[in-house]
Amino acid sequence: MTVEITINGVKAKAEKGESLLEVIRKYGFDVPSLCHHHAVEPCGSCRVCLVSVTDNGRTKLAASCNYKVREGLDITTDSEEIRRNRAMVLELMLAESNAPAIQKLAAEYGVTSSRFETEESKALAAERDGCILCGLCVRVCEEVVEVAALNFKGRGDKRDVGTPYQETPQNCIACGACAYVCPTDCIGFVEENGVRKLKKWNRELPILKDDAGRPVGPQFQLFYFTQKAGLPADFYKKGGGPAR
Amino acid sequence: MDTAKVEAIITKHNGDATALLAIMQDIQAEENYLPRDAVEHVAKKLGIPISRIYSMATFFESFHLEPRGKHICTVCMGTACHVRGAQRLVEQLERDLKVMSGGTSEDGLFTLEEVNCVGACALGPLVIIDGKYHGNTTSAKISKVVTGMQKEEGGK
Repeated sequence: MTVEITINGVKAKAEKGESLLEVIRKYGFDVPSLCHHHAVEPCGSCRVCLVSVTDNGRTKLAASCNYKVREGLDITTDSEEIRRNRAMVLELMLAESNAPAIQKLAAEYGVTSSRFETEESKALAAERDGCILCGLCVRVCEEVVEVAALNFKGRGDKRDVGTPYQETPQNCIACGACAYVCPTDCIGFVEENGVRKLKKWNRELPILKDDAGRPVGPQFQLFYFTQKAGLPADFYKKGGGPAR
Repeated sequence: MDTAKVEAIITKHNGDATALLAIMQDIQAEENYLPRDAVEHVAKKLGIPISRIYSMATFFESFHLEPRGKHICTVCMGTACHVRGAQRLVEQLERDLKVMSGGTSEDGLFTLEEVNCVGACALGPLVIIDGKYHGNTTSAKISKVVTGMQKEEGGK
């Protein structure tokens, strides 16, 4: 069902139940986000995409990514209050993450140092390599790749992203989707000497070369693809797949 | 853990993936912890990724992935128990059971744990041994209980 909403005074049309963030972006307004990717279900964990939503005469700040569009919403994507709140979210995040991407976004909101930084938070940031626990890698691995090699573990200040039993995940196909969506670039995707490595999960897989000697991808990943798509086992070996 | 036992628990919950938490609790009730082979079996049977079960097991304090002792000894460390000397009970039990709080004794008989409040403040200080509540206890009284249990185990 198509509904009509207002974004910064502009009339906009959207499907009922659509992600508000996606609609806002479709109409060309800029809203930052870290934990959102259109390929996976929104979860609203990073909170930087917050906007002002007026629904039925009530105004509140809400994370737009997992806010479902309804008829008559009146949205403001930029105001002094919104910027102040995003700055606070980023300042909190900055205390636990040293990732350049976070520092850059925080600087855009005038945050260059965090009042919440302590020795403990710095140690945590170093341990997590700048991970902000947004869970994008977890969601992409489960929803898109359908391998679900990753998940959160623990809770509260002990919460972290990892693999079951902190072991190298044997079902990980090293496709690198997690590294691709990661907003902080903390997973450590490298390819060298014919091996693909995902440092954070400690996964290393040899890369298959096709009959012409060109590298294609990790053998186990290609095996997974051929199984899933019902292709012949030597499809990639024979030079199949996208042009190289 | 015996596969038949895991199967029985899964069947009891009609193989329903939404009953995962209850299944995990039932397994833990049997074994005092979640054995890895049981976790893997449940994952396979219910079509749930192991990563999700692991995530849930680490989220809830009440689940344990490491083997625990035959007898579970839990000392309440809530405010009411704490002011009535729960810390002394922990120290006494650590000496008696020869294990640090949070650990399992070398013979695998006792696990000593602290918990933040069991909601039985009127009984404080409180120690729960294998589900039996020892309220208004003292280090002397609780020491007698566990040394008695140790003797019983040793006599077998």
